[in-house]
Amino acid sequence: MTLEIIKPGLATTIQDLGRPGYFHLGIPEGGAMDRLAFRAANLLVGNDEGAAGLEAVFMGPEIKFGAEMSVAVTGAEMPMFLDGEPRETWTSFTVKPGQVLSFGFLKTGARIYIAISGGIDTPPALGSRSTYPIGALGGFEGRAIAAGDVIPVGDGSVVAEGRVVPDALRRRPGSPAELRVLTGLYWHRLTEKSQKAFFEDDWVVAPEADRMGYRFRGGQPMEFVDRPQPFGAGSDPSNIVDGCYSYGSIQVPGGLEPIVLHRDAVSGGGYFTLGAVISADMDLIGQLQPNTPVKFKRVEMDEALAARAERKTMISEIRQSLS
Amino acid sequence: MKTRYTYGGDEHIYVEIDDEMSLDAFFIALSLSNMVREANIPGVTEILPANASFEVRFDPDVIAPDAMMEKIKAFEHQAEAQEKRLDTRIIEIPVYYEDPWTHETLMRFRERHQDPTGSDLDYAARINGYETVADFIEAHHSQPWFVSMVGFVSGLPFLYQLVERDKQLEVPKYLRPRTDTPKLTVGYGGCFSCIYSVRGAGGYQMFGITPMPIYDPEQKISYLKDFMAFFKPGDIVKWKPIDRAEYDRITQAVEDGTYTPRIAEVAFDLDAFNDDMTGFNAKLMEALNDA
Repeated sequence: MTLEIIKPGLATTIQDLGRPGYFHLGIPEGGAMDRLAFRAANLLVGNDEGAAGLEAVFMGPEIKFGAEMSVAVTGAEMPMFLDGEPRETWTSFTVKPGQVLSFGFLKTGARIYIAISGGIDTPPALGSRSTYPIGALGGFEGRAIAAGDVIPVGDGSVVAEGRVVPDALRRRPGSPAELRVLTGLYWHRLTEKSQKAFFEDDWVVAPEADRMGYRFRGGQPMEFVDRPQPFGAGSDPSNIVDGCYSYGSIQVPGGLEPIVLHRDAVSGGGYFTLGAVISADMDLIGQLQPNTPVKFKRVEMDEALAARAERKTMISEIRQSLS
Repeated sequence: MKTRYTYGGDEHIYVEIDDEMSLDAFFIALSLSNMVREANIPGVTEILPANASFEVRFDPDVIAPDAMMEKIKAFEHQAEAQEKRLDTRIIEIPVYYEDPWTHETLMRFRERHQDPTGSDLDYAARINGYETVADFIEAHHSQPWFVSMVGFVSGLPFLYQLVERDKQLEVPKYLRPRTDTPKLTVGYGGCFSCIYSVRGAGGYQMFGITPMPIYDPEQKISYLKDFMAFFKPGDIVKWKPIDRAEYDRITQAVEDGTYTPRIAEVAFDLDAFNDDMTGFNAKLMEALNDA
């Protein structure tokens, strides 16, 4: 069974839940940016939650199906058509051989997830089918899909049409989007004034926002606590001796534009980090378009863990609603 | 050393052995991170050693963050007492300094640089007190380097020069990171050299380029058949300056599958190195002659 790509969209990649275990070599975990929406798409079509599917950003692809399959699209809101007939997102439907799925203009959010019964069946690399284009690893030939690609799909059985994820279980960023942050790492490098300003300022998503990291602008330039720079760090006050970065960590090169590292993060570098977006809010970043207003909200560890538990509950509720 | 423990969100603990770079801090970070690994603590999902720090990723649903922190701290004294010695290898890496590709790139991102009027090498030579770029390049390749971290992207090595601190070269990173760096660029930031394993974003100053690939996801290159990334922490590197003709020759040899890097097995002992750096380095480099 196969999918034929007629139009690829902007940067559509094959993703799953990622390849943990190689970040110490600079190979990131990768995988779907909005994991909750991704899992939901797979559950809708009866797949394992980690089956490989497509992640499309800002613009949908055009796909011709080579066999009868169940399909579901979750994540961003984007009008969708099967042979020109509208179909609902977050809802399973059946496609016949030769039918074509296409998309209209993005309404809200940033990324859609397309799950197909049986899951995409490209050869795994380091235990995952996720595409890591910078390292030319995984996915379809290590790159975003292109027109003319014929993508293998695994064996799966068609499920009922009209399975739906209830609206209350579709998580979307608000406006402004609120991203909860645990301070730490090199937080002490900022002056009290800049520490306060980071949480008070109004930020917007910058155009440089992708799977590696999201950049934000609009806040005040940051000021650093005076110190002689430690040997090996470099002379700019935002420089540190190169250390590890974590998923969600927030670096601010030159104290100017914060960058939140995401699923295709670089694993280390020489810019100070002021803390990290909590794990529960990483999905939300994947649904932010450039120019979206954003507020960073300071939380403590207990709140981060409570948010993490809440998100887990949401996933199990999706599971239950579709079982 | 003033070891500092901090959280990076709810899934990471970051341990900074020292805020400045030294091989002592590197060895303690390596020992401590190895001890955490060998302890097989349930919930630990990944351990990343770095230059003078390391990071532990854990699942807070399996182990509470404060309990994880305490477990790491418990190893601190033992790690500091560990022997600072490694059986490793020295590798000769050819470098084409002042190549046309990094030059084209650095010109494109000039407005993100401290000194938009010259090249990255002009700037690095000047702020390190060298009269000419050639003198600076000589200082960059005359003594060997130690891989003190692998990361950033796809097997990129960070290298620390095996010389006294007052001879270390230091440069800042770009004011704002570039969105592009040629594949296999030899870069410099802080006191570290690096090799950009793949094309992409970067904040390090750019000095040259090597024709020797260090990452191959298809694992077709002869010396990358066992694993796709070449470097590991503790590797030692000797840069060998080459010209355009040699660059082209090696590039072709890599393509033909006939290129073999020069590698020799060596031991690195921090005390022996500290006692006599020049003598110790001479022995390391001699080992390459027999390779």
